[in-house]
Amino acid sequence: MRQWVLFALLLVAASAHSQSVTGVDKRRSGADFMAASTQAMQKDDTLNPGMLWVKDGEALWQKPTGQSQKSCASCHTPSSMKGVASRYPDFDDVLKRPITLSQRINQCRQKHQQTDPLRAESQDLLSLESFVAHQSRGMPVAPPDDKRLDTFRERGQQRYTQRMGQLNLSCAQCHDSNAGGRLGSSQIPQAHPTGYPVYRLEWQSLGSLQRRLRNCMSGVRAEPFAYGAQELVELELHLAVRAKGMLVETPGVRP
Amino acid sequence: MARTLINAPKTAKRGDVIEIRATIGHPMETGFRPDENGKILPRNIIQNFSCRYNGELVFSAEMFSAVSANPYLAFHTVATESGTLALTWEGDNGFSQTENISLSVVA
Amino acid sequence: MAEIFTITRRQVVLASAGLAATAWVCPALAQSDELAVAVSTYAAGKKITEGKVKLDIAELVDNGNVVPIAVTVDSPMTPANHVKAIAVFNEKNPQRDVVKFTLGARYGKADVSTRIRLATTQKLVAVAQMSDGTFWSHTVEVIVTLAACIEGEA
Repeated sequence: MRQWVLFALLLVAASAHSQSVTGVDKRRSGADFMAASTQAMQKDDTLNPGMLWVKDGEALWQKPTGQSQKSCASCHTPSSMKGVASRYPDFDDVLKRPITLSQRINQCRQKHQQTDPLRAESQDLLSLESFVAHQSRGMPVAPPDDKRLDTFRERGQQRYTQRMGQLNLSCAQCHDSNAGGRLGSSQIPQAHPTGYPVYRLEWQSLGSLQRRLRNCMSGVRAEPFAYGAQELVELELHLAVRAKGMLVETPGVRP
Repeated sequence: MARTLINAPKTAKRGDVIEIRATIGHPMETGFRPDENGKILPRNIIQNFSCRYNGELVFSAEMFSAVSANPYLAFHTVATESGTLALTWEGDNGFSQTENISLSVVA
Repeated sequence: MAEIFTITRRQVVLASAGLAATAWVCPALAQSDELAVAVSTYAAGKKITEGKVKLDIAELVDNGNVVPIAVTVDSPMTPANHVKAIAVFNEKNPQRDVVKFTLGARYGKADVSTRIRLATTQKLVAVAQMSDGTFWSHTVEVIVTLAACIEGEA
């Protein structure tokens, strides 16, 4: 009897192992769904308009500010930022909830530089966020394993699959069930956040993931959550988990 | 001062054709777009770009509202002598900005 | 190579007058006429031959707000024989002009790129003026669609 149990266990283990070896990762970056000319714009830093913001962020990094007259560089070298963006949203010990990279930047400004936070979606905040995230380019998205994030991850996943708006569509319906298909003449991407902040051709500007999520909500005729809303942070968290292991592309270019 | 992204070789051999890529941050407001109240937003575009190589005009572009925001140009010139390439953008509302890049030309 | 534009200055003036009437009757037709007028005005009424110029642009653009284009011209680019100027015109934007380039005598390589806005599916014409005074062109048809979701930016 024990031999059969052992044999059965071995079979299960073998099949599980073979699944992970032969299982194909069907996830594709939004960049894979773009025309060649748009892909070329992203791949070449001399063509990528997002680099205007990265360059600006690099300059802002060095600028002393606030009552402290400290710059970001006073505490952090740019290379010390490698791997930082790839683990955001991260759990904040004080607020006891996840926060985004731009919220962390503003926290740093208030706490360590003793200056005002930057307005959401402002050029300076986007420049700093792009510069930091750019240091993680090529690294895998690595959402933290932190157990304290469990509830928030679940809420984010629930929101991702929940219908909303007058069009009564959920994120999952377009980006899971119909990814690769077309909405109008546009190809539907899988909605991975790997390129953010992204230079979006539709905006003719660089913008955050929250801007894009708010636009999607308008698109299905739902009232968008405000910038910085907890609901958006939870969604971002879910998207990061969903994209775990995919490579950061910041600054991405998207249609 | 608008942000710029300029890419050009720092050195070149005499007679080589070099490529210069220049992007400048600018909204290029067309003058055809209405705001949320239906009122047309006034035009605010860069109308002219010029490249002067040691003072000599080697390339210029007259841009219209149909050029995308954060206008991008890629153009060429023959490397003749060492010196400065002055890239100048001019436009509505008295916009004027020049960025100088050095070029070292070897025989 | 086909000659597509052979218009005198007088005809340009008459065409402009007729344009007003056409625009009132049939706007789409008027836009094509406007394009023809813009192109021939640029060439100061001289003959324009289709050829030598290549307007490189995607047939179906990702987004009409930012469309990369490159214009290349078959020319030796020597002091004696080179491209002096290149212009791009459109058919259905609010304004026909897109961009006009002036190339110095030592431009070197007849190749210039930029990114443009296209309001809708339409024709684009690139016209090159050579140092010998001749004009050459390339016409392409580009498909442009609206983005799928209307964003209502706040």
